[in-house]
Amino acid sequence: MAIRWGSYKVKGIHDELIRVSGRPRPAARALCDYLRALKDKDIEEYKAAAESAIHVMGITFTVYSEEEGSIDRAWPFDIIPRIIDRSEWQQVEAGLKQRVQALNLFIDDLYHKQQIVKDKVFPEELLKDSKNFRPQCVGVDPPHGVWAHICGSDLVRDSDGTIYVLEDNLRVPSGVSYMLENRQIMKRVFPELFENYNILPVDDYPSQLYDMLASLAPRAIEQPEIVVLTPGIYNSAYFEHAYLAQQMGAELVEGSDLVVDKNDMVYMRTIEGLSQVDVIYRRIDDMFLDPEAFDPDSMLGVAGLMRAWKAGNVALANAPGAGVADDKVVYSYVPEIIRYYLDEEPLIDNVPTYRCFKKAERDHVIQNIAKLVVKPANESGGYGMLIGPQATQEERDKFVNLIRRDPRNYIAQPLLTLSTAPTLVGNRVEPRHLDLRPFILSGEKTYVTTGGLTRVALRKGSTVVNSSQGGGSKDTWIVDMESGQ
Amino acid sequence: MMLSRVANNIYWAARYIERAENTARLINVNSHLLLDLPKRIRLGWEPIIEILGNDKLFYQRHDSTDERQVIRFIVSEQANPGSIINSLRQARENARTIRDIIPREAWEQINQNYLYAREHASSSLGRRKREDLLRSIILGAQSVTGMLAGTMTHDEGYDFLRMGRNLERADMTTRIVDVRSASLLPEMSEDLSPFENIQWVSVLKSLTAYQMYRREMRIRVRRPDVLRFLLQERRFPRAFYHATCEVENCLQHLPHNDKPLKILTRLQKKVLGAKLEKLQQDELHGFVDVLQLDLARLHNEISASYF
Repeated sequence: MAIRWGSYKVKGIHDELIRVSGRPRPAARALCDYLRALKDKDIEEYKAAAESAIHVMGITFTVYSEEEGSIDRAWPFDIIPRIIDRSEWQQVEAGLKQRVQALNLFIDDLYHKQQIVKDKVFPEELLKDSKNFRPQCVGVDPPHGVWAHICGSDLVRDSDGTIYVLEDNLRVPSGVSYMLENRQIMKRVFPELFENYNILPVDDYPSQLYDMLASLAPRAIEQPEIVVLTPGIYNSAYFEHAYLAQQMGAELVEGSDLVVDKNDMVYMRTIEGLSQVDVIYRRIDDMFLDPEAFDPDSMLGVAGLMRAWKAGNVALANAPGAGVADDKVVYSYVPEIIRYYLDEEPLIDNVPTYRCFKKAERDHVIQNIAKLVVKPANESGGYGMLIGPQATQEERDKFVNLIRRDPRNYIAQPLLTLSTAPTLVGNRVEPRHLDLRPFILSGEKTYVTTGGLTRVALRKGSTVVNSSQGGGSKDTWIVDMESGQ
Repeated sequence: MMLSRVANNIYWAARYIERAENTARLINVNSHLLLDLPKRIRLGWEPIIEILGNDKLFYQRHDSTDERQVIRFIVSEQANPGSIINSLRQARENARTIRDIIPREAWEQINQNYLYAREHASSSLGRRKREDLLRSIILGAQSVTGMLAGTMTHDEGYDFLRMGRNLERADMTTRIVDVRSASLLPEMSEDLSPFENIQWVSVLKSLTAYQMYRREMRIRVRRPDVLRFLLQERRFPRAFYHATCEVENCLQHLPHNDKPLKILTRLQKKVLGAKLEKLQQDELHGFVDVLQLDLARLHNEISASYF
């Protein structure tokens, strides 16, 4: 007997599958029984089957090195799924829709009247200092008033079981292809589990993405030309760019494939000549989008793209400037933003956040730095942050200085004890911390993925789930317990 | 609708794969010539460097044309953009950007070809191991070609692939013929004439053309017939004329093809109209130059029309 739930300890943490009593949660019962019956040999076989599926399906992320060019690394995957009951998920889904709707109203307001600033709900000085506010976007009216068409919000669960939003990624969130591929792997490896469980499908995402993008097309034609704009093969998410393009039947293009003419129309260069483009799902950052409007040295973008976008001749998803709301200080205002625009109470909580630009909160952070997590407002991928309880005195002092020098750029949050789920370590199960990144699509309609990408910190005790820093992933099952198993 | 960049990358991936294969064949033909000729005839490796068109670079970096240095230069030298290893690497880099267009197995084979050559090239410069290495390189390239023929949709992308392969092949076939014309033997003196045929046998063999020549021509190996077979034969896949017909066929599937087709038709007339038996060594060398220039012109026109 390889997996013994009796020796799986979850004291003081919320485990996604196992209760403190050591018994599985209702939605996980059948899975835990199934796993318990496995022998060492079976586990080896399943792991090998998953690995071979990953290899055969070519699921990789790219690491670039000078010497070798780019190297594709296989995606680290744990075969034990994370399970969420459908009734709980429906609340989360409603909360995410509410949140993204409010964020889009907020962005649209910032580039127009800035009513929220005039009403003193959002401080003017924050807007002035924002690194992601793009003056070039002021006055632009994107279709449906939507700026953040694709949002990836990171959710975590604390030890008392509460789900919080940790951050909203509104620039070029990635990971959705792994969510889709993880399900494919699981279907290959555990077909019999899918027969016994009522697991909601995730495969609809590429069609939803296509429909959302098509709803942005400026030309009223049957089949608008939709392209995915990638920085190229050396980008770490190139696999995903190619994958989504393929799944949608869209063209995968690089900046040099596109050209903007003097009538501000966008075309792609094909063997038959120039062909007009309607919608660009761009996977490159604002600053590299258009050397005319932003970084003049950018080799990745397309000269004149902003002209074409402002003229309404092409749709960009996400819209340039949407990143203004993707900032950890702005994040701390999301509850206020929801109340202001929607006149509703937030359905999902924010993690309590101290804003260092406010003196009282800054003093609190500096005094309690050993208990807090300090994050820069604009970094992603887990870079440049301080985990107070695990840091040395020297590191804490360094951050105190950083905060004093540039308070606008830092926020602090209590260290949550992220929930765990059983994860294979050798042939045994141990708890590992995880989060969840669902994706929210906004166009004519709003759509939330069924579940999302569960990222798991594979190192014992670690809470850093990023693939660049030792993270892996699990399939995420939204299970319908009511309509029977 | 096919992106120009994608078409361009497919075309070059195919050219580089074919170039690696034919460079290996070129080394083979010279190696075999060396073995066949009487010891008193000193046949070196200089002509090979010239035929590959990178003699200038070679002499900047090397002071002697001994076999080892030349082989290293052609097979594995990083600084030589035309070395086999660099061709395989370029093929791989081009193929990497079109992984969504070509079947996975083909990409894996292209990747494998490069990795294999990188691992074995520098330790395989001696004659015996070299044979194995070159055979593997040729086989690797043939595997890719076969996989693509058997598993890739024969759409425009495949047309660009075939055009790249066949243009490169036509070009390299003329170069391999040129080895025989440019090098060696001060116009055949009587006592050397028995060797004349042996040499043409090795040219044929290096193109895997010997058997097919025998079946097709049903005569002993003679210079004019070999030239006819390698340059003018419609049905032999490595013959110059055959390769141009393949390109013609691809162009016919593609939009606005009138300009490249015009150049191609002229080129085909030129090769079919040539009186090969009358061409002595110098003239043959000159004729090969003309064909190569026309191929370059054709490439430029394809490039201007589609990329």
